[in-house]
Amino acid sequence: MHMADALISPVIGGTMWAATAGLVSYAAKKVQQDIDEQKVPLMGVLGAFVFAAQMINFTIPGTGSSGHIGGGVLLAILLGPHAAFLTIASILTVQSLFFADGGLLALGSNIFNMGFIPCYLAYPFIYKPLTKSNPSQRKIMLGSVLAAVVGLQLGAFGVVLETLFSGISELPFSTFALLMQPIHLAIGFVEGLITAAVVTFVYHAAPEILQKTALTQPLGSTPMKNVLVVLFILALFTGGALSWFASTNPDGLEWSIFEVSGEEELQASDEVHEFFAQLQEKIAFLPDYNFKQETPAAQPAATEPASDKSTAWPAVDAGTSVAGLVGSLITLLLALFIGKGLQVAARR
Amino acid sequence: MLKLESNWLDLRTLDELALQKTFIHKLNACTKLYTTLIFVVIVTSFSKYEVTGLIPLFFYPVALISLGNLPIHYLCKRLLMIAPFIIVIGLFNPLFDHVPVTAVGSLMVTGGWLSFVGITLKLMLTITAALLLVATTGINSICTALSKLGAPKPIVIQILFMYRYIHVLLEEFLTTLQAYHQRSFQNNGVHYKAWGSLLGQLLLRTMARAQRIYQAMLCRGYDGHIGISTAMVWTTQDKLFLFFWPVFFLFCRFVNIPQALGKLLTGGF
Repeated sequence: MHMADALISPVIGGTMWAATAGLVSYAAKKVQQDIDEQKVPLMGVLGAFVFAAQMINFTIPGTGSSGHIGGGVLLAILLGPHAAFLTIASILTVQSLFFADGGLLALGSNIFNMGFIPCYLAYPFIYKPLTKSNPSQRKIMLGSVLAAVVGLQLGAFGVVLETLFSGISELPFSTFALLMQPIHLAIGFVEGLITAAVVTFVYHAAPEILQKTALTQPLGSTPMKNVLVVLFILALFTGGALSWFASTNPDGLEWSIFEVSGEEELQASDEVHEFFAQLQEKIAFLPDYNFKQETPAAQPAATEPASDKSTAWPAVDAGTSVAGLVGSLITLLLALFIGKGLQVAARR
Repeated sequence: MLKLESNWLDLRTLDELALQKTFIHKLNACTKLYTTLIFVVIVTSFSKYEVTGLIPLFFYPVALISLGNLPIHYLCKRLLMIAPFIIVIGLFNPLFDHVPVTAVGSLMVTGGWLSFVGITLKLMLTITAALLLVATTGINSICTALSKLGAPKPIVIQILFMYRYIHVLLEEFLTTLQAYHQRSFQNNGVHYKAWGSLLGQLLLRTMARAQRIYQAMLCRGYDGHIGISTAMVWTTQDKLFLFFWPVFFLFCRFVNIPQALGKLLTGGF
């Protein structure tokens, strides 16, 4: 579920970075207030534990395939939401740096999808109300599976939305959602079962470990219905705000959502938009390489100002394309040649 | 099992590469972190049909690999491990975007293929940039740079702590899995009956280790505060590096170098 930089736009990446930075600061403040000095080494070592545990193959009975653990819900159960969120953020940072698993620009999105959702939504609103402070084996099983399934469903949907709004992939929303959601339903189910198995084992072997976090102040005293309503409004707002923001940005961000559905609900045609459109015209430093012959039906509602088509590259012109290709090859050869030269210079 | 082992080896390889003393390694961490972030933002800011404009940006990884004395085959291996999923997502583009946008000779190229090539190039550039940052800087210096950037102290300490114990735990996991596999008749994963006990045992051992670490810290005077070194020396090389590359990236963003070069050579002007 790690998103890569190749499929994300700077606008979406930057927005998610900002949101995640705020969440990390909030979680850090909460952990510092916690004054439990023991948590510092515990968080570090548990982070390493989950990092390593993600590499273990668990055979899924009756399928012949194997699954992995993500560890978000497990960490929240062991550490509580704030410390768990910081721990997942650190795991994802190391994965993105050392294994290029998830891009640097996409790190904000990844921390949100795989950290915020399990720690601040699935754990407090699903696992905790179900298990309360006196869990039984059945409650742990139900809570873990439900929390993991819902967490991964929301996370996968986050990936679908962020990729869609980035407009790099041409995958239609429905196709992408149909690719992502069912597979993550299975993954979530297996993740929940593994989490339940581990938590049950710990519950029998060393119950005091679980009691510590179970007795902390619950986050999720709000009824589930209210949470869902808030989430729904948040999703609508984010969708609307992001699409408006992206349609007024000078990146030439294309809207697959419009191209796919032809829907025009996300129209932003007020004075503010006008102002941004004019501003964009001033700061759009590059000709809008818009060489799709758009049919009127596929026209985005909030189109970017038309650019001078005569400067657009490449028009369907074989000559220009050949020039581009030849130029690219020469540039690559030059890069390799200069690289070799630098290598020789560095050895001297 | 294999995955655990190969990942551990990869981590160690990167750690060893970061210990070198080349010109790039000597630059301070902030310089490299800022440059990498600017690079990633510039690369991703190219719209999906701008393919040729991305090519000159390969100068950056090539220069860093050459000056930083890094093994290219290692970077390629990582690239191949990450690429498949993104390539598959990218391959949907030619299926959904049939609008012809350009032609090479008599061959019509659709928008989908063009954006697919763009995604592949962006993938190569962004992945190598992240790996190069670690292979020339190392985790300790990156954490110093992160705290300089204003990252909250708890997260920086958490990354440092976690990274330190990854090696220890990976070794322990390997031993445990080896013992498990030698006592079981299947070698492809952990049987569901052992899910809880195997991972649970490892978890309890990890918690006990955390307790011992905490005691060791107390013995060495830990009072709840961990200091992070934020000393950072800015040399002329740093300033030049931090000036040259972003200017070069921006130049690549504004001017399509290959297109201009191609026109010059094919007499297109």
